[in-house]
Amino acid sequence: MKRRTLLLSLCAAASILAAPLSHADALDDIVKAGVIKIAVPQDFPPFGSVGADMKPLGYDIDTAQLIAKQLGVKLELVPVTSANRIPYLQTKKVDLVISSLGKNAEREKAIDFSDAYAPFFNGVFGPADLKVASAADLAGKTIGVTRGAVEDIELTKIAPESATLKRYEDNNGTITAFLSGQVPLIATGNVVAAAILARNPPKKPETKFLIKNSPCYIGLNKDEPKLRARVNDILAAAKRDGSLSTISQKWLGAALPKDL
Amino acid sequence: MAYQYDFSSVFEYTPVLLKGIGVTIELIAFGAVAGVALGIACAWVRTQGPVWLRAPVTAYIELIRNTPFLIQLFFVFFGLPSLGIQLGEMQAACLAMALNLGAYSAEIIRAGIDATPRGQYEAGASLALSRLQVFRHIVLKPALMRIWPALSSQIVIVMLGSAVCSQIAAEDLTFAANFIQSRNFRAFEVYFVTTGIYLALAVLLRQVLRMTGRRLFRRAAR
Repeated sequence: MKRRTLLLSLCAAASILAAPLSHADALDDIVKAGVIKIAVPQDFPPFGSVGADMKPLGYDIDTAQLIAKQLGVKLELVPVTSANRIPYLQTKKVDLVISSLGKNAEREKAIDFSDAYAPFFNGVFGPADLKVASAADLAGKTIGVTRGAVEDIELTKIAPESATLKRYEDNNGTITAFLSGQVPLIATGNVVAAAILARNPPKKPETKFLIKNSPCYIGLNKDEPKLRARVNDILAAAKRDGSLSTISQKWLGAALPKDL
Repeated sequence: MAYQYDFSSVFEYTPVLLKGIGVTIELIAFGAVAGVALGIACAWVRTQGPVWLRAPVTAYIELIRNTPFLIQLFFVFFGLPSLGIQLGEMQAACLAMALNLGAYSAEIIRAGIDATPRGQYEAGASLALSRLQVFRHIVLKPALMRIWPALSSQIVIVMLGSAVCSQIAAEDLTFAANFIQSRNFRAFEVYFVTTGIYLALAVLLRQVLRMTGRRLFRRAAR
């Protein structure tokens, strides 16, 4: 008997939670509430992590703050994982997802995307004094790479015969091989290169050429043209006045690419 | 739904596997010879060598025997460049394996030396042999014969342990397996085949060591 009551009340609670929210314009709702809820990562530095004071910090958090400030509303950060960030948006637990989200056809069926706000790419990195501008220039050189990563697969296809690929177990192995001088060049993500830059090594990895480019976009729900237009306006303005580039410089150690 | 086995996707990479086997054999051949030589030298120091050398040798043996091989390998490969010693991954792997086997085999060989009856030394001394001559001709060979099975096992263990050398991008058999697995995602087939190859290598290595032992100790055994 007791169990049945519990079950019933659970069902009731679930039905209340699941009740469809009255559909209004998302931008109007945000402005009216004076609060915007934005999903951010907390396990993916430098885009989002938790600082020593337990507060989230990173590229995505700074971007979220920029958006909230321009909208003139308070910011409520909602920590998400890469697996649940889209469900959080679809169930309207958040208004925007700024969580180093890449665009692909499958995701585009489920949600809408703003313009790109952060660079995210794989490429070959090396110190300034090493002249490499394309895959062909890798001839006779040694490049460190994380085994099985996208850049490993791609580089294996495009690197010339005489190039030597040293494949390490994980990103840390690749980073350490570069830092300890075991390899002069590495193929990795710009995020990993930023992590190396953050350690202030004697040889600073610079982008030599891109292997694969998939910048990050802000995710928002379908059929919210007003919100999307507003977000894009804010991003465009931030690109013009350099405030987005400042964020990029701060977290990725490089200015925003011109073509973003 | 039943898993569809596809071993052909592994055998497409046969050249990679063969190269991996070659590197593993290379590693263990060098590691075993250098390691056992180092072990004999260390065992000699600990039992009869100069007193001032005993403490550093003991420290080396204890250091190696009480730390993980992977860390020793990382130290040699990633750590030493900070001191200006830049070793390639094969050199680093060989050095780490030799250092590792050296420490373990030193203790095994020392046990064999310690078991030498006092009378053997006295016999040697009565023949007016020097201490080094006694060690070489009278003590070492029977000592090695006594501990040969234990030493063989240790060499096989080090050969199997060489799998971690793939972590510093030495392209050994484990590296080949991981490489293939990262390309065809056939984890079961790849590691099944690799397990079989390691098993075969270990059995083969034991046979080689047994034959080496027989040849080395043929006269002593009679």
